[in-house]
Amino acid sequence: MELILRNITHSYGETEVLEGISFNLKHGEIVCIIGPSGCGKSTLLRFIGGLERPDSGEVLLAGDPPSGSLNPLTYIFQDFALLPWRTVEGNVSLVLEDHGIRGERAKAIIDDVLARTKLSDFRKALPRQLSGGMKQRVAIARALSVNPAVMLMDEPLSALDSQTRELLMDDLVELWTRERFSACYVTHNLAEAVRLGHRIIVLSRRPGRIREVVEIDMPLSERPDRIAELDRLQRQVWQIMREEARQADLEIADVA
Amino acid sequence: MSHDLAHGGSPIQRPIDAANARPVPFRGGGFRHRKLGIVSPIVFAVIIALWELGSRSGIISDIALPAPSAALAAFMDLVHTGMLWKHLGASLYRLVLGWTLGSLLGVAFGLAIGLFSLARAGLLPLVSALFPIPKIALLPLFIIWFGIGEGSKVATILFGTFFPTVIATYGGVDNVDRNLIRMGQSFGLSWLSIVRKIIIPGALPAILSGFRISASIAIVLLVAAEMIGAEFGIGSYILMAGSLFALDQLIAGVAILSVMGLIISWAIGRAERYFLNWRT
Repeated sequence: MELILRNITHSYGETEVLEGISFNLKHGEIVCIIGPSGCGKSTLLRFIGGLERPDSGEVLLAGDPPSGSLNPLTYIFQDFALLPWRTVEGNVSLVLEDHGIRGERAKAIIDDVLARTKLSDFRKALPRQLSGGMKQRVAIARALSVNPAVMLMDEPLSALDSQTRELLMDDLVELWTRERFSACYVTHNLAEAVRLGHRIIVLSRRPGRIREVVEIDMPLSERPDRIAELDRLQRQVWQIMREEARQADLEIADVA
Repeated sequence: MSHDLAHGGSPIQRPIDAANARPVPFRGGGFRHRKLGIVSPIVFAVIIALWELGSRSGIISDIALPAPSAALAAFMDLVHTGMLWKHLGASLYRLVLGWTLGSLLGVAFGLAIGLFSLARAGLLPLVSALFPIPKIALLPLFIIWFGIGEGSKVATILFGTFFPTVIATYGGVDNVDRNLIRMGQSFGLSWLSIVRKIIIPGALPAILSGFRISASIAIVLLVAAEMIGAEFGIGSYILMAGSLFALDQLIAGVAILSVMGLIISWAIGRAERYFLNWRT
């Protein structure tokens, strides 16, 4: 399944946040969207998943989702969005219950996704008992349980400390190598973008336009060993962004 | 330190004077509560003992305030004559019925106001207008509407507990993390599932603390409700004692209300611990 974005333009009241965004997300591809704060990256992601509607332009789905996909477009949120009153397995079963999956079938899926995210020992734990990294792994397990075609990740690692972030990046790469999911990955962290993205879309400051698209032609699995090259790439992207970020920083924030 | 570094580029090499080292003065602490479970019984006991002593020695006149022993005697009198259970039974019936109905309706209306724009636009101004009216003032109306028997008494308590519950409930719904709701929508959960599994559990802390307030209001209103046409009931017992200036009975009745309040607040505390064990 592929995603096609056509000329997305949006404003909140008087403030224009996004202007003429068009790109495609191919099957099995991770596209990282980066840009200075307030450039509308998270808004864009909400359009892609159908949680909000843009003023003009459209998001199209091409092709059928893989069979057995309960929720083709699945989010992973920055703040994890786990129900604090449900245990780890309860949080996963939440998204299965509405599809009528209960009992043994639900248990099989939950066992499987918890094993894939190395959480099998924590099924009965409540979110408050888990570290930030583990909470995000629960959220990833929950996303995997519905068999998504596209993962929409909204700064999934930004609430975590840098060591946990490294570990989770490795986990994500491993997961992608096995599952080959497509993902739209919004971040403001360049290191994450060059580690995980097949393509990096750099947005300008508000109103967000596509400033540049950087293709990274290096297999994800090789990247940890080619840090020097990634570093060069990261600096190159930063050169593109630098002036935008500086200008964005000087603007008075009047939109959320 | 930063100046040294700025000048030399590396920390200045000087031997550490360990002989003159002293511990860093402790400045934290305080502003944090410790559990001192035995203090409150001691405070109660000391006050009652002083009061009893004052009454016996004549410092506190019997006319101004009867001794605790006199109040206890009045209470034992109630127990022996069997009137205690009659009074308690009548009051608890009104209290439980009025509070339960008021809370159920309050939660239902609160959820409606929290979930539907139309209900909010239509009902919220009404609730805000009616909430501050002292329900005691409406007692004559309730007597005409619901009869001088149990109806008017239950209705007074019902209306008194309804409004604070509505306000606590819709406030709780408003405070549910929008991100959790958005998460529910992003996974394609049905509207009913989002309400049942995300909004109601998320509003539960606010609803339970609303219960705490409405239970106290119910006890306050009990006395008012039993002002007219009540043969039995703790409230009517207190009012009767008051009009006869039987202060020992009055104190005994008030103490019973106070104990009822304590028991209810303890029960709600238990409920909170059971339902909200997921909170830190």
